[in-house]
Amino acid sequence: MSVTVRIPTILRTYTGGRAEVAAEGATLGEVIADLEKNHTGIAARVLDDQGKLRRFVNVYVNDDDVRFEQGLETATPDGAGVSIIPAVAGG
Amino acid sequence: MRRKGLASMAVQTVATSSDTTVDLGPAAALSCRECGHRVPLGPVFACEECFGPLEIAYEFSAYDTEELRRRIEAGPANIWRYAPLLPVPADVAGKPNLNPGWTKLVQADNLARELGVTGGLYVKDDSGNPTHSFKDRVVAQALEAARAFGFTTLSCSSTGNLAGAVGAAAARAGFRSCVFIPHDLEQGKVVMAAVYGGELVGIEGNYDDVNRFCSELIGDPAGEGWGFVNVNLRPYYAEGSKTLAYEICEQLGWRLPDQIVVPIASGSQLTKIDKGLQELVKLGLVEDRPYKIFGAQAEGCSPVSTAYKAGHDVVRPQKPDTIAKSLAIGNPADGPYVLDIARRTGGAVEDVTDEQIVDAIKLLARTEGIFAETAGGVTVGVTRKLIESGLLDPALTTVVLNTGDGLKTLDAVAGTGLTATIRPTLDSFREAGLA
Repeated sequence: MSVTVRIPTILRTYTGGRAEVAAEGATLGEVIADLEKNHTGIAARVLDDQGKLRRFVNVYVNDDDVRFEQGLETATPDGAGVSIIPAVAGG
Repeated sequence: MRRKGLASMAVQTVATSSDTTVDLGPAAALSCRECGHRVPLGPVFACEECFGPLEIAYEFSAYDTEELRRRIEAGPANIWRYAPLLPVPADVAGKPNLNPGWTKLVQADNLARELGVTGGLYVKDDSGNPTHSFKDRVVAQALEAARAFGFTTLSCSSTGNLAGAVGAAAARAGFRSCVFIPHDLEQGKVVMAAVYGGELVGIEGNYDDVNRFCSELIGDPAGEGWGFVNVNLRPYYAEGSKTLAYEICEQLGWRLPDQIVVPIASGSQLTKIDKGLQELVKLGLVEDRPYKIFGAQAEGCSPVSTAYKAGHDVVRPQKPDTIAKSLAIGNPADGPYVLDIARRTGGAVEDVTDEQIVDAIKLLARTEGIFAETAGGVTVGVTRKLIESGLLDPALTTVVLNTGDGLKTLDAVAGTGLTATIRPTLDSFREAGLA
C-alpha cells in the first residue's frame, strides 16, 4: 500500500526539508518502519523506547486519530494520507 | 524518558542567557518538560527530541523578597505588576495591549453557606477581563512573544473565548488576526470574536479538528509568519495563567489558598497555576504550606477525570459532547501533568453532568450575583460534588475559578426567563401574585 505522509516541521531534518513523503505499508506500524528505511532516525522520534507512539505525538490516518482506531495496527489503505502532528494544548 | 520534578521546573536558573538576543525579560531559553532538552527562545512549541512540550526556563533577577513584594504592590492594577516573573520585556506596560488581570477575588459567603463551607470560600472572577474570560491573560504574553519574533498576524485555534481575546488584542496592538473555531460555537462567542474586525474562520469539526488543522497550517508556507498564540507561541502564552495564582495569593494577603478548584480543558491552566504557586514559594513571597489543586471537567468531556478515577497516568482521548464547549477538548495535551499535580497535592479530578452545570451557574448567580459561563458552572458544580463526597474539606480556605462571563453562553440557561408578563396596572401586578 502506498501512502503519503505529512511530516511536521521538527522532523523535516530527516526528510531533506520535505513536508510530504511517500511510504509503503498496510498498517501504520509498517509505514513508520518504511519511513525509517528511507529517513534513518525518524522512527525514534515518533516511537518511544518500547516501540509505542510517543505521548505527545498525534497521528492521523486520513481524518482519524489512530488512538481512536488501532494505534500502530491501524490500517493504511492505498492512497491514504498519514499526518504526524505534535500535540498542542490551548483552547 | 526523564521527567523533571515540578518544583525543579518552577524556578530555573540557566548558565547563560547569551543564546538569544530576544528580550523577553527573565525568559532565558525553552526547555522540554519531558526530557529537559533546551533550545533558544523562538516560536517553537514541541521538543525536537521527544515531541514533549517546551516551557520557559527563567533567569529571575536577584531581588530581595521584600523589594520584589513592594515592587509588585506598587505596580499597575493588571498582570504587568508581575512583569518581573513573566516572559515579557520590562517596559511591557507601556506597549499597546489590553492590560488584563487584577480581577476580583470575591468572598463568596452566601455560596459558602449554601455549600456548607466554613473555612472561607472565594470566587476568582475572571469574567472581569477585557474580553470577559481568562484568555486575555495568556494572549497578552503571546502578543509580546509575537512582537519579539517579528510576527504581524496573530492566530489561534479556539473554543471561542480565545478567539475573542486574540481578535481584541490584535486590534489594540495593530496586528492582523485570523482565528479558527469549530463552526457550531455559541452565537455569543462567535459575535465576540468577529466584532473586532479580524478574520474568523469556522472549521467543520470539533476543537481537536481545529487544533489539528492549525498545527498543519504552521508547517505549511501558507502559515509562514503567523503567530499562533496557542501553538507556536504556546510556551509563552501558557505562562499567562501563572498570573491567576499570583493574584489569588496577593489578594489573600500573600497567602496560599488551602484548596483551589480549576477547570480543565487542555489542562494548561491548572499546571501553570501550580507553577505560579511554586514560584511564589521559592521566591519567598508566600509561606510554604500544603495546598490542594482540584480539576473540574464536564462529564461529556472528561478524559482527565476518567483517567484520575481509574488510577491511570495516561489520558485516553474522548469525543466531546457537553454544553461546556470552552472545556470541550477531548485530547488534552497537559492531561498527564494534571493527574500528577492532583495526586501530588492531595487534590482530585471530578466531573459534573450538563444538568449539574446549569444548576451551578444558577446557584452562583443567585447567591453571589456572578453570572458564570459554563466553565464556571463546571467548577462550582464540581466543588459542590467534592464537598458531598468528602474529597474537598469545607473547613479549609477554598478558591473556585470562574474563567468566563455567562453572557457568552446564554444558551445554557435559555430556559431562564420572565417570572410573569402583566398589564401595566397594579391590579395585574397583584393578580400575578407579585405583591
